[in-house]
Amino acid sequence: MSTVQAPIWEFYGGIHLPDHKAESTRRPIAIAPLPHRLVLPLQQHIGEMAEPVVQVGEQVLKGQIVAEARGRVSAPIHATSSGRVVEIGEHRIPHPSGLDAPCVVIETDGEDRWAELPAPWPDYTAHHPDELIERIHWAGIVGLGGATFPTSAKLATGEAKPIHTLILNGAECEPYISCDDMLMRERADRVIAGMQVLLHILGARECLIGIEDNKPEAIAAMRQALDDAGVSQARVVVVPTKYPSGSEKQLIRLLTGHEVPHGGLPADLGLLCQNVATSAAVANAVLDGQPLISRIVTLTGQGISEPQNVEARIGTLVTKLIAFAGGYTPALHRLIVGGPMMGFTLHNDHVPLTKGCNCLLAASAAESPDPPKPAPCIRCGRCADVCPARLLPQQLYWYAHARDFDKVQDYNLFDCIECGCCSHVCPSHIPLVQYYRFAKTEIWNQERERRKSDLARQRHEARLARLERLERERKERLRKKKEALEKKPKGATDDPKKAAIEAAMKRVAAKKAARQEAADGAGVSANTSSED
Amino acid sequence: MLQAILVITGLAITFGLLLGYASVRFRVEGDPIVDQIDALLPQTQCGQCGYAGCRPYAEAIAAGEAEINRCPPGGETTMVALADLLGRDPVPLEDQEAAEKPKSVALIIEKDCIGCTLCIQACPVDAIVGAPKQMHTVIAEECTGCELCIPPCPVECIVMVPVKPSLETWRWPSPDEENLLETGT
Ligand code: SF4
Ligand code: SF4
Ligand code: SF4
Repeated sequence: MSTVQAPIWEFYGGIHLPDHKAESTRRPIAIAPLPHRLVLPLQQHIGEMAEPVVQVGEQVLKGQIVAEARGRVSAPIHATSSGRVVEIGEHRIPHPSGLDAPCVVIETDGEDRWAELPAPWPDYTAHHPDELIERIHWAGIVGLGGATFPTSAKLATGEAKPIHTLILNGAECEPYISCDDMLMRERADRVIAGMQVLLHILGARECLIGIEDNKPEAIAAMRQALDDAGVSQARVVVVPTKYPSGSEKQLIRLLTGHEVPHGGLPADLGLLCQNVATSAAVANAVLDGQPLISRIVTLTGQGISEPQNVEARIGTLVTKLIAFAGGYTPALHRLIVGGPMMGFTLHNDHVPLTKGCNCLLAASAAESPDPPKPAPCIRCGRCADVCPARLLPQQLYWYAHARDFDKVQDYNLFDCIECGCCSHVCPSHIPLVQYYRFAKTEIWNQERERRKSDLARQRHEARLARLERLERERKERLRKKKEALEKKPKGATDDPKKAAIEAAMKRVAAKKAARQEAADGAGVSANTSSED
Repeated sequence: MLQAILVITGLAITFGLLLGYASVRFRVEGDPIVDQIDALLPQTQCGQCGYAGCRPYAEAIAAGEAEINRCPPGGETTMVALADLLGRDPVPLEDQEAAEKPKSVALIIEKDCIGCTLCIQACPVDAIVGAPKQMHTVIAEECTGCELCIPPCPVECIVMVPVKPSLETWRWPSPDEENLLETGT
């Protein structure tokens, strides 16, 4: 059953790239040694940053939550080994900005002792999907293909929209990266076990597992695991090797023939996509009650001595991983997080391994040459031919360059998946994706500024209203006072002003009279003394 | 023929009445163009434009009394947005230097604060909390960086600190900026 090949559709655009997977798949997955220091960034997922719940100096156990999720679109962070919290503060993280971000730092005690874990649920079908989603949320599982969207939040969307087909993404289309390949070769049973849990949660009737045809071992292992588990509603679908087949919308097109509509979600079509490594993590969380504390990461490139895949604790420093793989070679030119197409350059290797980091590519100058100086666009249209999102990259480039952010959105900038196909084929070597990344983040920034200024306007208007009210109240008080004064002198003129003037005139007249009398009696010399 | 004339006249009267009624019933409060201009201004309320705040400046622009290049916190972006909105030509900023100042927020050096409340009275967005003879604090998230609280402070305990770039506010540089950097160094 599982060997029947479903019809394969094609997706628009894309490119063929040398896959460079062989380098890192020659050895089995190695287990990286437990480091002395674990640096756990509080933001390893899309959504709200986790909130630390431990103190400096506190002893923690493996699997204990050190930072709680803030809301549903967030994920908790667990201690990935036992030890002592030595610092909660800013630390360099793997991010294109090179900025520091809040982290919990643990000094490990080498005992690697587990905290008390929730009960394993081998009989997961006895549990309600909500309970299982809650367990996955607790386990801190995020999309391990690199997207890092909290898995529980993604599964919860399936509640609003019924999902009939689960798609497991084992395409792994980006060159050099092989962690999913090795996972499927060695631990296919885990992936399938997680898939069964996911099918139960979603109530989906079938599962399609998409794997590129350059991974025959993984395909065979997954088919074997399906047979062993006796699952009939799932099948492996072999897709041709073409970048970016592993991108969600492209894989959906390949497997089902459906196009996810502009601005829509796969769930609108009754589909939900999960990475194979995420599926294995779900199996660990539900069947064994274990949170996400480690991941498989590909260490590869000519800049590293022993390319391979290692399973390492989240929070292990990149330097330690590189050292474990025999260190750098003199060929090292650039260290990249992720693959050569979508990854970013790391300027400092004292950063921790995070949940979303699937590959460290220590590239040589030949593997990742410095881009030549860009020339003007010749309007050849090649970028548009390869764009899997069917965009017009040269138009997007033009408007991003001109900072016309309305126009660039009219050309559907936010449909761009940043695959880098356009930049790759551009004969003028224009760093097209760079422009789109800039434009997207600049638009987000401007929106944030807009929200801030709206708030400032409200606060300013509230202040003006308050000042006006206070002024009104002050006037009101004055008026009341005057009225009260007015009532006292009976028989006087109606007008308080006139009354006041009259009273003053009377006083002056009395004074004058008194002075006159004094002057008459005591002579001119006493005149000044009677002045007051 | 007569019938047609009557029908058309009837229609004209009906629609005339309808429109007349609508213009009274649904009259727009305030001046929409001022609102639109105000929406583009950064709401720092700093007065660097020479007006008592963003809205007065918006009113002056709408009345044609002020150029669109006088708001340093808004910088080039705001000027261009105003030019777009009003169909005017972009003009160079009046005070380029002020526009290039990094975004900052006020910070009260709390040990020096004497609790005079003068800064509270100066803050256009009520971003300072405190009470007479008590230490005062700036709520950094609400501070627009207008610097209006600085001159009134009798003990000069308010300083402006540049906002540190964070993961939230970080953005990818444009390749144009990078090229500038490369040729500049
Ligand atoms: S591929 Fe490059 S040169 Fe050709 S149209 Fe696109 S941006 Fe222009
Ligand atoms: S990076 Fe964006 S614009 Fe370029 S090919 Fe990929 S999806 Fe299209
Ligand atoms: S200069 Fe200051 S007060 Fe004037 S519009 Fe700009 S932010 Fe508002």
